[in-house]
Amino acid sequence: MSEVPLTHILFLSTCLFFIGIYGLFTRRNMITMLMSIELMLNSVNINFVAFNKYLYPEKLDGIFFTIFVITIAAAEAAVAIAIIINLYRSHHSIDVEDATEMKY
Amino acid sequence: MSPATIIFYIISAFILGTGILAVTTRKIFRASIWLLFSLIGIAALYFWMQLEFLAAVQIIVYVGGIVVLIIFSIFLTIKSGEEMPKPILIRSIFSALAVLFGTRFVVRLISLYTFKPISTTAFNLSVNQIGTQMLDTKDFGYLLPFELISILLLAAMIGCIVIALKSNDKEATTFQNSIQ
Repeated sequence: MSEVPLTHILFLSTCLFFIGIYGLFTRRNMITMLMSIELMLNSVNINFVAFNKYLYPEKLDGIFFTIFVITIAAAEAAVAIAIIINLYRSHHSIDVEDATEMKY
Repeated sequence: MSPATIIFYIISAFILGTGILAVTTRKIFRASIWLLFSLIGIAALYFWMQLEFLAAVQIIVYVGGIVVLIIFSIFLTIKSGEEMPKPILIRSIFSALAVLFGTRFVVRLISLYTFKPISTTAFNLSVNQIGTQMLDTKDFGYLLPFELISILLLAAMIGCIVIALKSNDKEATTFQNSIQ
């Protein structure tokens, strides 16, 4: 348990965060962009939990922040999917390149 | 290397591999299934850190809620069997470069910093402790954020229903046309 240093867990969450960034940059489909955002939020959760466990073992604040982030991610996914379904009704596509009315 | 260490590296390889597949595969339904596996791997990481409560929350909310919601919206919006168009080559090259440099930069920052634990008491978490502190009104209590989050969830729920509600304008016009 203690043989794995904190830095290795941070490396893991860094890699996961940048995988999410890569998905957000390359994908043009709204649902897959939402998936990338979920990956990024999860990497932040890993960081909170790791810092709480390794640096402040007598406190619980990291756990609470993780629970709140999970809750807000759920609310955000629900709202985003409602918007996506509404956009599909009006544009018949969920590609971000096709929704250009408010550009410029 | 103890078994716990080996298990940690196996779990991290699983999370990263399925995460990469989730953002690179071109079939959207497969992408959502890879995302599901990545989230299950993160729940396994919480189990490995002996945070059983958080692992259960992760499985219930993410795997049972968000991924199912994403799969539903895939079925409602696009043909799931179709392949998505390939990303533009220039864009994927430059984003891969940006991601590689960013990862290297942050990894170097982390490895240069020495983390010193403040106290050395053992970390043991009980659900009892979480509940007591979360609904506490005294110092370090989390009652106010808890109530705010519940209001936010209610607002998000009502907002989703209002946004996704089908407007009846078209039905009303066709009805009028049929009358005329």
